[in-house]
Amino acid sequence: MSAEAYLRPKRGLASPLTGVIPEEVRQTWFYKFLLFPVGQMIIFIVGASAVLTLLAYLVALLVPEPRPGIVLADQISRQLPGMIISGITIGFVYSMVALGYTLVYGVLKFINFAHSEIFMVGAVTGYEIMLRIQEAGLLQQMSPFMLVPTLVIGSGLLAGLLAVLIERVAYRPLRGAPRLVPLITAIGLSFVLQDVVRAFFSLTRNAFNLTYPLNNLEWLRAPVRLTFGEANVNVRVTSILIVVSAVIMLVALNYFVNGTKWGRAIRATSQDQTMAGLLGINVNLMISLTFFLGGSLGGASGALYGLNIGTVTPYVGFIPGLKAFTAAVLGGIGNLTGALLGGLTLGIIESFLNGILVYFPALGTRYTDIFTFSILILILIFRPSGLLGEKVDEKV
Amino acid sequence: MSMQTVLELENLHTYYGHIHALKGISMTVGRGEIVTLIGTNGAGKSTTLRTISGVLKPKRGTVRYQGKDINGMRVHDIAAMGISHVPEGRRIFPLLTVLENLELGGWNVKDRAVAKQRMERAFELFPRLKERVNQKGGTLSGGEQQMLAIARALMTDPDVLLLDEPSMGLAPVLVEAIFDIITEINKLGKTILLVEQNALMALEVAHRGYVLQTGEIVLSDSAKALAADESVRKAYLGEA
Ligand SMILES: Nc1ncnc2c1ncn2[C@@H]1O[C@H](COP(=O)(O)OP(=O)(O)O)[C@@H](O)[C@H]1O
Ligand SMILES: [Mg+2]
Repeated sequence: MSAEAYLRPKRGLASPLTGVIPEEVRQTWFYKFLLFPVGQMIIFIVGASAVLTLLAYLVALLVPEPRPGIVLADQISRQLPGMIISGITIGFVYSMVALGYTLVYGVLKFINFAHSEIFMVGAVTGYEIMLRIQEAGLLQQMSPFMLVPTLVIGSGLLAGLLAVLIERVAYRPLRGAPRLVPLITAIGLSFVLQDVVRAFFSLTRNAFNLTYPLNNLEWLRAPVRLTFGEANVNVRVTSILIVVSAVIMLVALNYFVNGTKWGRAIRATSQDQTMAGLLGINVNLMISLTFFLGGSLGGASGALYGLNIGTVTPYVGFIPGLKAFTAAVLGGIGNLTGALLGGLTLGIIESFLNGILVYFPALGTRYTDIFTFSILILILIFRPSGLLGEKVDEKV
Repeated sequence: MSMQTVLELENLHTYYGHIHALKGISMTVGRGEIVTLIGTNGAGKSTTLRTISGVLKPKRGTVRYQGKDINGMRVHDIAAMGISHVPEGRRIFPLLTVLENLELGGWNVKDRAVAKQRMERAFELFPRLKERVNQKGGTLSGGEQQMLAIARALMTDPDVLLLDEPSMGLAPVLVEAIFDIITEINKLGKTILLVEQNALMALEVAHRGYVLQTGEIVLSDSAKALAADESVRKAYLGEA
């Protein structure tokens, strides 16, 4: 099954390019855990952007003037860098959440639909932490290099522990039950978590539309100006913060999973639980650890997402969660590289759709999600194993 | 017997749902012995090993290891106590490299120097594996996978090795090689419980044997005596 494709790290899209790199270099720590994963991200971004740019111009060729006076090709050229940057930003958020689905699927072969609520808990925790910092009067003097890690680590830790707790009390007793049972539990848990969070904030903050106190932060409002030839692009500081944080976390995750003893045990557990146990590995501990990793990535990205959009609610997890799930399926569920690729691709697709659909009078950006989810349906029909989740021959 | 008993099964009953697979198995394995468990397909040989290593819980009866009742202990705790089970079908992690498979065998080893020493011992025993350290487990041949499975189990430095049909599906030359290695490992001081359908070879390397039939032990004797036994020869050694 596609699950067996879990973690085939060195077979990404980048592999044809790495053939020229000498073996000695490929065995170094620097290459394996820094150059390769970051290079892979860059290749994915460039590749996905290039393909979508071509598609966008193709649309412009087919429909040169969607509205009188609007030349689509010109609009695309003008907005291109901006579309790509906002696509990458949201794409990294999707990637990190998609990794949570894929990690858990890898070890339990089960879609943890409550993961979108783990993300939501991260988003509201980020708000709570930031508000407390503000209430303590420390927000103004805090530099972004202090604030963002505080939010990310705080939300990630709490969400990770929550994910572990959920697995322990709600999923573990159901192990061995028919597949549908834990799935339904997960969906039920989603509703419980939404309402618990809603009740908590209604009681403590008297509201559940939670707006991050971003208004008075000077450094956040001033955009960074980048110049590409003739075009000037204003990049939001939050975009940069999200991308940098995401890259750091993804590099760390890759190191943990592929470079440490614990990661190796997780991979072994995902391939054959019984055998892992026979070698003395505590399988339940590895499953908990996997939930912690996935949950903390999801929670951290929730906080970053909150910083990006400003206002979050107990229901904020649903759509991004579904999109991240789409991303995980797009890349091949169970495949970590696939989750990264799927998330980035989906983010960029979405951003391009947003950029282009506005010019179509009959459509508009409210149709973006329909296109996105059509992708999910098409993949499930035509390539259920995803882009990278190909079958692997297994000799037993 | 004067030999110290390492493993003792007493009246084991194990079920798969309603299937009564082991119907009161009792046997002992002494320190330093090779004991073989032979029997036709479906007799319950693998089930016996799974019950010892804790993968299956018996409904009745006890498994004692070095005098201690290990019933109900978790699989990884039993492994950590020194029982290493090489299951049927080798169960190599197909997407991990040979090196990673071996390193996982050393999961409980805290001391790096010790782990390294065991790794070197494994490569001495199986030089083929050394040539393939960076190859994915799933790409090895059947014989190489069997070697890797045994080498991986030895990384835990077990007292008792439970081997489930190590010769299955291997070419005759490789079967010989595997049985030679089993003898060699035994000489290193390991106690071995060997499950085989290839009764002839098993009785050649083993000291003692038990014959299992539909979940019950029907014969037990020294390997020599079993190999000479008429009913055994008829049923398992392919003689008319
Ligand atoms: N996973 C299982 N589920 C149900 N029945 C099983 C299972 N494994 C084995 N059995 C049954 O238990 C009996 C003993 O099987 P097993 O221990 O595998 O035999 P052997 O290893 O001697 O060939 C057989 O009747 C077999 O059909
Ligand atoms: Mg068997």
